[in-house]
Amino acid sequence: MADTLFIILAVLTVASALLVVVNKNAVNAALGLLISLLGLAGLFVLLDAPLLAFVLLMVYAGAVVALFLFIIMLLDTTPGAAKPFSKMTLVATLIGAGLLFTGIYSLAHRAVLPAAPATLPVPTMKNYAEQLFTTYLLPVQVVGFMLLIAMLGVIVLSKKFDQTEGAK
Amino acid sequence: MIALLNHAPLFGLILNNGDTGPVVPAYGLPAYLLLSAVLFALGFIGVLLRKNTLVIYMCLELMLLASTLALVAFSHFQGTLDGAVFVFFILTIAAAEVAVGLAIIVALFRRRHTVSVEELNHLKH
Repeated sequence: MADTLFIILAVLTVASALLVVVNKNAVNAALGLLISLLGLAGLFVLLDAPLLAFVLLMVYAGAVVALFLFIIMLLDTTPGAAKPFSKMTLVATLIGAGLLFTGIYSLAHRAVLPAAPATLPVPTMKNYAEQLFTTYLLPVQVVGFMLLIAMLGVIVLSKKFDQTEGAK
Repeated sequence: MIALLNHAPLFGLILNNGDTGPVVPAYGLPAYLLLSAVLFALGFIGVLLRKNTLVIYMCLELMLLASTLALVAFSHFQGTLDGAVFVFFILTIAAAEVAVGLAIIVALFRRRHTVSVEELNHLKH
């Protein structure tokens, strides 16, 4: 059962990720990202992390993809004439394929990995909270301040400036 | 490539004939890592290929998600919670990054009226 689910979710995730990369229309790419996120959330559930799956769906599918779609609609970027594949395309594909192959090769020949999952109960909200508020207390504070700084940055960035270059 | 995929340790393949022991999923940590690598490579190719800044951003998100999947898989198969907790931080950072990045793109579009990286080359000339 878990194996079948893994296959289905993996194929779904990779296929929609491919859609993000190759689709000419930005809206379709955003929807591909959304489907990819759904597949990834399913994989998280398979990995005994339902809470992370929930958070992923809330943050990414709820906020990030919606923000992307909003900006795409706002900017009205009509897809221009598709250019034929250049030499750069070939180089990029080769680099990506090379990275993938190196990763698979080192995984297959060098990696020392645990074969079976450790038999532990599914981590609950309490486990996460315990970690976040004891071991990772300082990072949580830092991330909170970073969110505040990002918010201020976005407010400053989206303010209207003078149209002239070198506005004060 | 086919020989590599049939490589039994790659998928953590455990042959159980159904007579002894609990059912062990055939796809172990290596399968998840492979999926993560494929997703990361797809996102990388997208970042290098695409011309639309928004789509480049989506491919960046794809790469982040691939690393997230690897972290969760490691965390699960190792029996620790650290990787899963780290995913929380990645999600937070990614949300902030998207907000700031999209604000920059909107500001850029206001001034230059384009989001194509081919036309945003004023530093080059």
